Amino acid sequence: MSATIFEKSHLGRAGINLPKQQVSDAPTLNRELLRSEKAKLPELSEFDVVRHFTNLSKKNFSIDSNFYPLGSCTMKYNPKVEERVGALDGFANLHPHHITNNKPEFMQGALESLKILEDDLKEITGMDAFTLTPEAGAHGEMTGIMLIGAYHKKRGNKKRYVIVPDSSHGTNPATAAMVDFEVITVKSDKNGAMDVEAFKEVISDEVAAVMMTVPNTVGLFNPGIKEICDIAHEHDALMYYDGANLNAILGLIRPGDIGFDVVHLNLHKTFATPHGGGGPGAGPVGVREHLVEFLPQLRVGYEDGKGYFLKDKSPDSIGRISPFFGNYLVMLRALVYMQTLGREGMINVSKKAVLNANYVLAKLKDYLDVPYDTFCMHECVLSAESLYKKYHVSTLDIAKYLLDFGLHAPTIYFPLIVHEAIMIEPTETENIDSIDYFCQKVIDAVELAKSNPEAFKEFPKTLPISRADETKAARSLNIRWQQD
Amino acid sequence: MKRYTNEHEWAQLDGDIATIGLSEYAIKELGDITFVELPEVGVSGNKNGGMAFIESVKAASDIYFPLSGEIIEINSELEDKPELLNEDALSTWISKIKCSDVSEFEDLMDEKAYLAFIETL
Amino acid sequence: MPYTPHTKDDVSRMLTQIGIEDESELFKSIPQELRAKSFDLAQGLSEFEVYENLKEMASKNDTSKACFLGGGYYDHVIPSAVDALSGRSEFYTAYTPYQAEASQGTLQALYEYQSLICELTNMEVTNASMYDGGSAMAEAALMAIRITRRNKIIVDSGVNPIYIEILKTYLAYHDIELVLMQAKGDGVDVDELKSLIDDKTAAYIFQNPNFFGSIGDYSQIVEALHVNKSLAIMSAYPIALGVLKTPGELDADIYCGDGQSLGNYLGFGGPSFGILATKQKYVRNLPGRIVGLTNDRNDKRAFVLTLQAREQHIRRQKATSNICSNQNLMTLRATIFMSLLGKDGFKKLALQNYNNADYLKSELGKLPNIKIFNQSPTFNEFVVELPIGCDEFLDKMSQKGFFAGLKLDNLYENFENRVLISVTEKRTKAQMDSFVASVKEIL
Repeated sequence: MSATIFEKSHLGRAGINLPKQQVSDAPTLNRELLRSEKAKLPELSEFDVVRHFTNLSKKNFSIDSNFYPLGSCTMKYNPKVEERVGALDGFANLHPHHITNNKPEFMQGALESLKILEDDLKEITGMDAFTLTPEAGAHGEMTGIMLIGAYHKKRGNKKRYVIVPDSSHGTNPATAAMVDFEVITVKSDKNGAMDVEAFKEVISDEVAAVMMTVPNTVGLFNPGIKEICDIAHEHDALMYYDGANLNAILGLIRPGDIGFDVVHLNLHKTFATPHGGGGPGAGPVGVREHLVEFLPQLRVGYEDGKGYFLKDKSPDSIGRISPFFGNYLVMLRALVYMQTLGREGMINVSKKAVLNANYVLAKLKDYLDVPYDTFCMHECVLSAESLYKKYHVSTLDIAKYLLDFGLHAPTIYFPLIVHEAIMIEPTETENIDSIDYFCQKVIDAVELAKSNPEAFKEFPKTLPISRADETKAARSLNIRWQQD
Repeated sequence: MKRYTNEHEWAQLDGDIATIGLSEYAIKELGDITFVELPEVGVSGNKNGGMAFIESVKAASDIYFPLSGEIIEINSELEDKPELLNEDALSTWISKIKCSDVSEFEDLMDEKAYLAFIETL
Repeated sequence: MPYTPHTKDDVSRMLTQIGIEDESELFKSIPQELRAKSFDLAQGLSEFEVYENLKEMASKNDTSKACFLGGGYYDHVIPSAVDALSGRSEFYTAYTPYQAEASQGTLQALYEYQSLICELTNMEVTNASMYDGGSAMAEAALMAIRITRRNKIIVDSGVNPIYIEILKTYLAYHDIELVLMQAKGDGVDVDELKSLIDDKTAAYIFQNPNFFGSIGDYSQIVEALHVNKSLAIMSAYPIALGVLKTPGELDADIYCGDGQSLGNYLGFGGPSFGILATKQKYVRNLPGRIVGLTNDRNDKRAFVLTLQAREQHIRRQKATSNICSNQNLMTLRATIFMSLLGKDGFKKLALQNYNNADYLKSELGKLPNIKIFNQSPTFNEFVVELPIGCDEFLDKMSQKGFFAGLKLDNLYENFENRVLISVTEKRTKAQMDSFVASVKEIL
């Protein structure tokens, strides 16, 4: 069943009907400029290809088919109207080099959509301006830290470090390294928040930025956040807001109001664009006034009478981060979602996301360890540490068990500060029945762990494959099909 | 007799030649080893400087010079068979170093001290 | 409220389970003084209204003219099967295939993607994609610096100038010497290049066909680089690789490119995806996701994410890059696209672009007041030198129903009246003849 497209190839089959060439052949190029033989692509009919990929699609869990409570990933329903808008000819077939040619008359609609999106994101976050060019959360992070680097450089600040909490996403320290900063990791306190005392010990005039996720990766709001912002600013260290968890706080708090200088958003999470099996996303970056001059190219302006236009490059801009306006069609989908929800709809998103997460927590807290015994925000972190110690049934075992019941596993083993972590983010779009079913299956797993821990080795049993040998994958690397 | 660092390398001294490996604890923590990036022969390093790199399915770690010196030999068998480390960490060596200061060996932990150290982790 | 299923009864059952009276109690950890000072957004609209508004906005973009605009982004045919299959929500509403057992569809498609790219480029290994051609080039440069432990990157004048801008941004924060060669003619200045290669040179980046459309023979340059223990980084438009010498055949060390032309919409520039391929010996220096083939506990074929120890979620600040996502859905489209074209179809498509462009180039070359800038052979695009300014030319041609090309005057110095013209398989002979007639009329 898992034969590759190459194994299904038959000499002489073709799956495409190209327009007929109407001109005569041009002279052949010199041999040394040409490839020696045709690329060995498989040969299939269109129907062969359709059946192959349709069958592959059936081997996936997806939001549309499965509860997908992957913590920190905000796997909410993606409204179908987004796809209709994304496919409109005026957007899908718009050539980006009208930008290079500087012909705004051909792209008024696209520029308008970007301007509206920027204005809405400013209001949602309390920031003064946004760049819409980064193509993913991590890309936005890199852009944000570059902006901070440019800010310090212009001010003549000697900065070496970026502070991150030990609960941070791996992209935070990796991003700091991409922009050539050294990383200082601060431990979390017993409530899972960055320890303010430990932070005070490492903050100095050499710190460029402090990267925080709010609410943090254990799903809690850090009450010391304002104090951390104030202390950082005393050292001219800028506060970076990782917007991965924005779904918890729409209309409730705004990074700009609290004192953050830079924020990146994951539009594919909070604003419900399809995750595409791992991308494309979109990671716009918002800044306060003092960083606007460093924003990357391209930015949209509007003037009455003139309409929408491309702003001139600011002399202190960090340059280009992506070719044009990043993953434009993804942002367009986010705009559709935002306009459908409006103000009340967005406030409701966070309320219901938080309600759903706390409902899960309340239902499971008697069965798994609860590292932080308090109400959570949009996701809850539990742990299977006791279960593992007593019965040798791990978080991974529970995750694989759930798959057999059509439930995508929660995020596991993250954040790193919680042993045997299980991070559950149901999102606001899930109904009580599916949450009840999920919780019941987690409880069943815990009961099974007590009665028959050996059984877990077998899960999953009903999926296209059982547990894969990842060690073999890495030791005997096979990352492309070798013909014959 | 082996001595240990708090980065979990072991070193065994014979004259001024030290044989280097990784502790059983380190290998167990890393899990199934999938790759070892060995240093080049002739490269010198200071104690605690980066020497090699090791990868498992779910983790990766640097290996440091436990003692200052020059790499004179590497265990190239690990290039194709990293699993040897999982099979027997204590007899699978990674590199041999000609030490520039053998007295550094005395600063390392003996087995008892090391076992006590990993209890604290 | 849209997209939340909660009835009043649901909410009260949930509150009872949680043990509180009112939803607001869940937010009591957030101090009042930190609450949002404003949240002044418009009212929500119905799906119908939003769609109508956006449709109106789309109509303010112009996609109606015959497109001779290229420069890395091309108006190619997209077979219906690409939309239909990538539009299956089992693909597009899934996430990163971390749980292999529940993601075999995405994983196998990615493995096939990697395999197809290796066949197309003749490179040994590739990853599951980067953001775009520009970021792929920047990551290629960073790879070369890690591999050679040298810090000078030479960039040929024929490299897409927008990618060069991205490269500059990525490299600005490191101790890297970036040498940008200045465009004089349409090809490589081999003498100048040779004078630039030295023992600090990590890599030379070139594009073939280059941004002016010219095809070059880079084999001796690659050899010279290797003698100097420097790497050759080649960028190329993937469709051209259907007929032109591949990076693998040239012994290039890293290939980078943009995948828009492989079944993805122009989409105002995104989403597209970046291709990054290299030699087996550098596989651990690749950034981004990689899918591998293994077996499950019952010895059944299984696909998994592999070599993850290179990546940020494990190695944090020591990772090969901070990249997390790939442009997965776009690589899926490319996989379907390449599978449909197949061995013969891909070559045929490439040739059709070459033949069409050559026809237009020779017809325009016959006009007395137009000069073809390219001295070297060209593939799917070429540069014309006009007796009038670029803007005047483009504006007049647009009145005649053409997006006539890319103006080079604001990308290069001393390129006042040069325009890059591209032709794809979608352009008919009638359109090209009409293009030539229109040029005649306006000049």
